[in-house]
Amino acid sequence: MSQKRHERRTEEAAEGDDEGDAPHQQARWYDGDRYEPLLDEKSTDTVTVESSLPDDLTREELTLPDLSEPEVTRHYTRLSQMNYGIDSGPIPLGSCTMKYNPAFTEDVAAHPGNRVHPLRTDEDKQGILGLLYELQETLATVGGMDAVTLQPPAGAAGEFTGIQVAKAYHEANGEGERSEVIVPESAHGTNFASAAMAGYDVVELPSNEDGRVAVDALEAAAGEDTALLMLTNPNTLGLFERDITEIADIVHEAGGLLYYDGANLNSLLGKARPGDMGFDVMHFNLHKTFATPHGGGGPGQGPIGVSADLAPFLPTPQVREADGGYETYEPDHSIGRVHEFMGNWLVLVKAYAYILRHGDVGLERISETAVLNANYLAERIEYEVPYGPFHHEFVASADEDAADVAKAMLDHGVHPPTTKWPEIVDEALMTEPTETESKARLDDLAAAFNAVAATDPEDLAAAPNETTARRIDQADAARNPRLSWHALDDT
Amino acid sequence: MPYVTHSEAERSEMLDTVGVSDPDALFDIPDSVRFDGDYGIEAHSERETRAAVEGLLDESPDLTEFLGGGHYDHYVPSVVDHLSLRGEFLTSYTQYQPEITQGFLQALFEFQSLVVELTGLGVANCSVYDRATALGEAVLLADRVRATDGDTVLIPADLPDRVRSVLDNYTDGPEITVETYPTSGGTVDVDGLADQIGADTSLVYAATPNARGVLEPDLAAVGDLADDNDALFCVGSDAVALALLESPAAYGADVVVGDAGVLGLPTTYGMGLGLFACREDFLRQVPGRLVGAGEDDAGNRAYTLTLQTREQHIRRERATSNICTNQAWLALRAAIHAAWLGPDGLVDLAEECVTGIAAACERIDALDGFTAPVYDGHHFREALIDTAAPAADVVDHCRHAGLAVRAVEDAGEERLAVCVTDTNQESVDDLVDALAGYGGGA
Ligand SMILES: Cc1ncc(COP(=O)(O)O)c(C=O)c1O
Repeated sequence: MSQKRHERRTEEAAEGDDEGDAPHQQARWYDGDRYEPLLDEKSTDTVTVESSLPDDLTREELTLPDLSEPEVTRHYTRLSQMNYGIDSGPIPLGSCTMKYNPAFTEDVAAHPGNRVHPLRTDEDKQGILGLLYELQETLATVGGMDAVTLQPPAGAAGEFTGIQVAKAYHEANGEGERSEVIVPESAHGTNFASAAMAGYDVVELPSNEDGRVAVDALEAAAGEDTALLMLTNPNTLGLFERDITEIADIVHEAGGLLYYDGANLNSLLGKARPGDMGFDVMHFNLHKTFATPHGGGGPGQGPIGVSADLAPFLPTPQVREADGGYETYEPDHSIGRVHEFMGNWLVLVKAYAYILRHGDVGLERISETAVLNANYLAERIEYEVPYGPFHHEFVASADEDAADVAKAMLDHGVHPPTTKWPEIVDEALMTEPTETESKARLDDLAAAFNAVAATDPEDLAAAPNETTARRIDQADAARNPRLSWHALDDT
Repeated sequence: MPYVTHSEAERSEMLDTVGVSDPDALFDIPDSVRFDGDYGIEAHSERETRAAVEGLLDESPDLTEFLGGGHYDHYVPSVVDHLSLRGEFLTSYTQYQPEITQGFLQALFEFQSLVVELTGLGVANCSVYDRATALGEAVLLADRVRATDGDTVLIPADLPDRVRSVLDNYTDGPEITVETYPTSGGTVDVDGLADQIGADTSLVYAATPNARGVLEPDLAAVGDLADDNDALFCVGSDAVALALLESPAAYGADVVVGDAGVLGLPTTYGMGLGLFACREDFLRQVPGRLVGAGEDDAGNRAYTLTLQTREQHIRRERATSNICTNQAWLALRAAIHAAWLGPDGLVDLAEECVTGIAAACERIDALDGFTAPVYDGHHFREALIDTAAPAADVVDHCRHAGLAVRAVEDAGEERLAVCVTDTNQESVDDLVDALAGYGGGA
């Protein structure tokens, strides 16, 4: 193993910070012209494969990193130090609901009762089925829905599942020729992509000048081709679609169904339910509303709820009570499966524990505090917030390039908001602080926004300076894709 | 409330700033759709919550499982939990700000590199949901990259129903036809496939080990057939098996899918880590996130999500997939597990999957009333077994001994399926004892 020089720059640089600001330097392990070396740069080994299998079935050799446990531990510990999570500080990413993830849920997930194979008989997995049943009934209540499947492994998978269920419903009613899904222009990219994946034409719906669905445009768009309208409410500007009843009537009169994207459900807990607004099918993002850790990109889980008419089309298996216990069954007209088993089981367990911990009162306090925090933060920042009244998130408009604003915020030790989306706000800074940020942290966030707002545009473009890496040339990385250490060896 | 930290004084100061006396006044929701009921959920202390959830989970009996069938258990070393549960990893978001998430990006880059090494293909993404959705994505990729109007995919007759069902949903929108081709003697019937493949075939899928646990002996022939017909050849496998088996690229695979959760993820009621790799020339058609190496302003190598114009947040309805949230944390765990094993350890683990099931079959075959395995050929982790007594009765009998095995329908017969890995190997004695007591039961 080669000897490398490692330097921890953090403290040294922090001393040099004479601005009087709190030092916000992120850890940086450094090694010449790169940060922490790759595993394979630390030590690799090529082994000749010897096996009881005949040679023609096996590879000749395998080349992979070969490190001792202490070195593996140091590598990943260093990598973790060069990574920012909600445990490090706030992540006010709009639409992402990055709230604190209670530590105890990890212990619940580590309980031996989770180590159950999905192909056991129903009788031998009563603990699993019991939790699935309790969680599905709870989500049905929270969503105001009649039935829930827990199977989809993420929000986008929930969308796809919900659209497939809606399609099966239309087909069963002899309306299989409905070919369009209507999606507001401010919707999340997955809404468009999921509809297209299910074979639908996407009809984009413009917003009106107050940032909500343009009802007259919807009236014009809805018709005999309409299978579904997909909405999130509050929408991606944080605004409640006040005309929701009228919107639902228009879609239903046209023979279409209403889909609720549950990404923003955090703002409705205890206050309103999609089912009561006329939605026929919805997904829940357990990794948003119910605080399961996002794990650097996943796993999540995206259960869907449906009205009674759609329940026979849900994925298989479903769970119901039987003889003092629980059993699985296949709904009469099930669309089949969207995951080989039940998606990300551990996410279900953590979400259930989170809900149980809070109860009704705690859940309502979540939505109230999330909305209060967003409104408080918006009051404190100098950027303009063009649309309101907003709920758990707001979209501010930067005077400069929103991406530059984000990079500059990194130097203040916080994660920036979602940038440049939704596009109806110029240089959007979509901000969702969540309920778990204290007033002090919200004040820090506001200070970071305002310091950046007061910064010279040139300095913005040079940011960040206090992070592990300096600004990364994205265009170049895409032009010369190097996606594995094998590709690095070639250059 | 447990994770809301405002004191009363702070709360009222904030309410003052916002200009309302009650947060409820901030909700711009028409009365007609206000919820005035209760969910009926009681709050619990942390201790009570743990007791309640763990109590529920304890309703499942403790069994020694020999189940397999797409979800496999290997020993996961302690470092995997200890490192992956570090909050900086666990509680981070997707790396939209690469300057503060270099650590996770590098771990994902290393995961992609591991998959490239195992598959021999040029590009691996940093995960899809599971092996079934990975196959779905492969079929959609074939639909996009095949210039001809072929829209039939060929899958082996033994593809598990659960995987088939997911595939049917993925192929429903683009109206891709899924047809099965025959197997014979437990493996791909190459002549049967040759009869079926044609100009309209966009993709041929085969798995090794296959659903019967048999290692396919001649995938090169399948690859040649696919190639001759201008179809993509997609191979299904997993991250442990691939450490030992010939690299799929070497026998013509264009896409490899499967489960990488065999590393880093113990039995967890079917959670998976979808592995997806393909030829480099399909780069711009890859579904899901990709991490690339680049440079930062200081001239240092740095990592970033890249080629994002393929993805839903930019390309919307023309994206290569709808996937957004993926299985990143499980990819981190798999990478840590692989790093801990090293190439020797990984190969040894895979070899144990060959020798363990072979030894178990030999012992079971020696018992009266059992033929193990049903099919010739080399097995990996699992095998089918013929029983003189009805397979369902054998399953019940084992169950009374605290052992979970499955009865499956295969080629019109009820058969026993048994999976042996490092974590249940020590209990093979118990299984053999239980079966011995049930030999002539018919
Ligand atoms: C509004 C909205 N819809 C859908 C999604 C997709 O959910 P997931 O990432 O779980 O697939 C997101 C998540 O980012 C979202 O913010």
